Amino acid sequence: MKEYDKIIFELSRPGRKGYQLPADRFGSDAFSKLPADLLREKPAELPEVSELEVVRHYTNLSNKNFGVDTGFYPLGSCTMKYNPKINEEVAAMPEFAGLHPLQDPATAQGALELYWNLQNALASLAGLAEFTLNPYAGAHGELTGLMVMRQYHISRGDTKRTKVIVPDTAHGTNPASAMVAGLEVVEVKSKPNGSIDVEDLKPLLDDSVAGIMMTNPNTLGMFETEILEIAKLVHEAGGLLYYDGANLNPLLGKVRPGDMGFDIMHINLHKTFSTPHGGGGPGSGPVGVASHLTHLLPNPRVVKKEDGTFAVETSDDALGSISTFFGNFGVMMKAYAYILSLGRDGIREVGPMATLNANYIKESLRDLYKLPVEGPCKHEFVFDGLADKSTGVTTLNVAKRLLDFGFHAPTIYFPLLFHESMMIEPTETESRETLDEFIDVMRRVAREAAEDPDTVKAAPLTTPISHPDETGAAKNPILTYKALRDA
Amino acid sequence: MQLLTLSFAKMSNRYIPHTPEDVAHMLGRIGVGSVDDLYSDVPSEVIFKDEYAIPESMSEEELRRWFRDLAKRNRQLTVFAGGGAYDHYSPSVIPQLLLRSEFYTAYTPYQPEISQGTLQYIFEYQSMISELTGLEATNASMYDGATAAAEAAFMMVASARKRNRVLVSETLLPRVKDVIMTYAKFHGIDITMIPERDGVTDLSAVPALLESGDVAGVIVPQPNRYGIIEDFAGLAEMVHAAKALLTMYADPSTLAVLRSPAEWGADIACGDGQSLGMPLQFGGPYLGFMSCSKAQLRKMPGRVVGATKDASGKRCFVLTLQAREQHIRREKATSNICSNQSLMALYATIYMALMGDGGLREVNRLSCDGAHSLCEKLIATGKFTLAFDKPFLKEFTLRTDLDVEKLNKRLAEEGFMGGIPAGPGLVSFAVTEKRTPEEIERFVSLISQE
Repeated sequence: MKEYDKIIFELSRPGRKGYQLPADRFGSDAFSKLPADLLREKPAELPEVSELEVVRHYTNLSNKNFGVDTGFYPLGSCTMKYNPKINEEVAAMPEFAGLHPLQDPATAQGALELYWNLQNALASLAGLAEFTLNPYAGAHGELTGLMVMRQYHISRGDTKRTKVIVPDTAHGTNPASAMVAGLEVVEVKSKPNGSIDVEDLKPLLDDSVAGIMMTNPNTLGMFETEILEIAKLVHEAGGLLYYDGANLNPLLGKVRPGDMGFDIMHINLHKTFSTPHGGGGPGSGPVGVASHLTHLLPNPRVVKKEDGTFAVETSDDALGSISTFFGNFGVMMKAYAYILSLGRDGIREVGPMATLNANYIKESLRDLYKLPVEGPCKHEFVFDGLADKSTGVTTLNVAKRLLDFGFHAPTIYFPLLFHESMMIEPTETESRETLDEFIDVMRRVAREAAEDPDTVKAAPLTTPISHPDETGAAKNPILTYKALRDA
Repeated sequence: MQLLTLSFAKMSNRYIPHTPEDVAHMLGRIGVGSVDDLYSDVPSEVIFKDEYAIPESMSEEELRRWFRDLAKRNRQLTVFAGGGAYDHYSPSVIPQLLLRSEFYTAYTPYQPEISQGTLQYIFEYQSMISELTGLEATNASMYDGATAAAEAAFMMVASARKRNRVLVSETLLPRVKDVIMTYAKFHGIDITMIPERDGVTDLSAVPALLESGDVAGVIVPQPNRYGIIEDFAGLAEMVHAAKALLTMYADPSTLAVLRSPAEWGADIACGDGQSLGMPLQFGGPYLGFMSCSKAQLRKMPGRVVGATKDASGKRCFVLTLQAREQHIRREKATSNICSNQSLMALYATIYMALMGDGGLREVNRLSCDGAHSLCEKLIATGKFTLAFDKPFLKEFTLRTDLDVEKLNKRLAEEGFMGGIPAGPGLVSFAVTEKRTPEEIERFVSLISQE
């Protein structure tokens, strides 16, 4: 197929158009009478293109992309499971897509019921009392959850609790969210297996601690076996436990964060509940809390009244509002469709099958890739690069070589515990045959690394572009078409 | 093998492909007897053994029916309101292209070699938004307009060392103000409101507020919460003379005709992208946009895409300037934002490509003429007066003695969404290019019967 390399602006021809609007029908001259000094002097130079040109252009661009529907996407910590098509269908229903967020709740009962049902389903699956669905993404959920944590202490007059304990292996959003929420980050050390060092934690637990942020399983995909002890220690010190739902998938249907002692958590609907990642969003990051914190959840809240109808409420106890309206409502519809498809029994298979898939890959490759931590992993695991370090082939080389074989790369160089981290998460929706193909290719790449390292280092060899100059891009940022044209 | 019995007795799950033979084979390779053994490290008291409070599994057709039944409890109305969400026309091309699964099932473009589609549309999005705002740099998008405004406040404080105050106009949309206040309260930024006078930001109050010496920046809306196009002549000079920055919270659709944030002298522009033809969708997903001048680029939060070349000299696109971001800077980052609203950025990009400058101008002209027509007709009923004698485009605010909530309930029964209460005795209406003269006639005649 011919290579496509146009930018939409390059297709533009003066006078061409891709729209047709109704003719002037009000006989008003209001627009032409707007004061000239409020109008722009220099017109915006947007493309002028026909409808077909637009359709072909973006179809051609889509061909340069790789999604879950294209092939296996073992991107660790991202839970790239299948995005069911029926979810897209229901979310597009005009009776929902056409609802104005400020219309009378009496005329939006279906939407509010959906919100309320999903909030309750998540509460049941997480073992917590109530969820807000307003946060837009995982990091936004973290921020909201930490605001709940902080507001809790402030509302009790315990204002000196401004520190939050974060494991040194945590995802970068954890400390950044804490900073935005006005909390000070204290790092707790991890043991070589990635789990929290309880002995290192103990001295940190003084009366300035607001709480701790954790994932479980941890960043290495290993279950924090001392979680009940950690919960006890943090609670005794007056702190709260925050569960980062990034790694919830292996526990879905098996273990509930609330039952492990967590007080606050967020869920990534775009990971655990199958809604598409959309090339980086829209996601959704609902935040759930235990019963003693529900009054602090952000405005607006959807409630069910005694007569069975649904209402929108705001309260002064709430931490404030963190979204213009109700969050990414369209994403919630997809997540609830997924929950209804699986049902209360089907959902129990999600975590176990995700865990089975991860362990299967791990055990099938551990002779050729360096496995730093023994024992059953959960939904993902980390290799520290190739076992044979003599070839000079790095994790980056292996990742890029995988692209040549039609697989997405794993998450690489995270966590920072190892020099050559390669984090693999297959999810439960992949078949044994797909995993076997991936295993075969990983073994072949390991063989190539020994026999023909230059090929692996030159990879990718078959992708639309190869080895982009990222240093040059950062040194001399070209961020718009005009800057590119004039460069 | 209890789990196996459970799984395959139900066998309802079309999203999990494992056959009993697969499971047995895989357990054999791993060297454990059951899937439960993979959870042997989990304390048994936290293993969930009860039933979840969620319904039983539904087939696809049952699911369709369930959603259709639920949909009956919604009432799709003919919208004469805005308040930050506008019922603009959506070209049919867009949802169909958004269903290209190479776009919507992709992750953030971390592997540029197989993500040029995503990276290029973000580059095009940045280019188009920069055209509308007039500012050189635009990020890959943020969650919504309100969070983008809160991030702009953070950004101005981060740029101005040791100044911790942001002045926020009272004429911003109330919900946007609320989010700014929440973020500021937790992050420890001081906010002072610039009072409103006669429906617009009281610019005469600004010099005194700037005198405190601790002001990092100022946020003003365009158009404002009443739909009024504000005149900011002289504001940027005032703000810059006090070594502070100016952020304009703008409706991007209107920027095709209104004086751009850059032309007003703003350093940062942000707002909600919903007006770029996005479905109302009960409040989301939309997107927040943010542009800034070159001088502020390295303080801007969010992902940014840049053009570069690959090893063979081919033009290509990559995520760039990542040293600003949370995964590198952790608690030293100025924002915790990780993702963007990427697919909605694609939505906005295709919309702007189809409409072009000419289409957006027509949208504004039709909306403006329709809004003025409605405004005159409502005043002619004798039940409303103009709240402020100021220029407006698609949204306007009237004074009335009517009980707006009661009126809106009556209008909803007839299939209309009426105006939004905008303070005591005030109500804001909006008209887009989708509204016809017949709808306006009907709407006005219903109101005149009150």
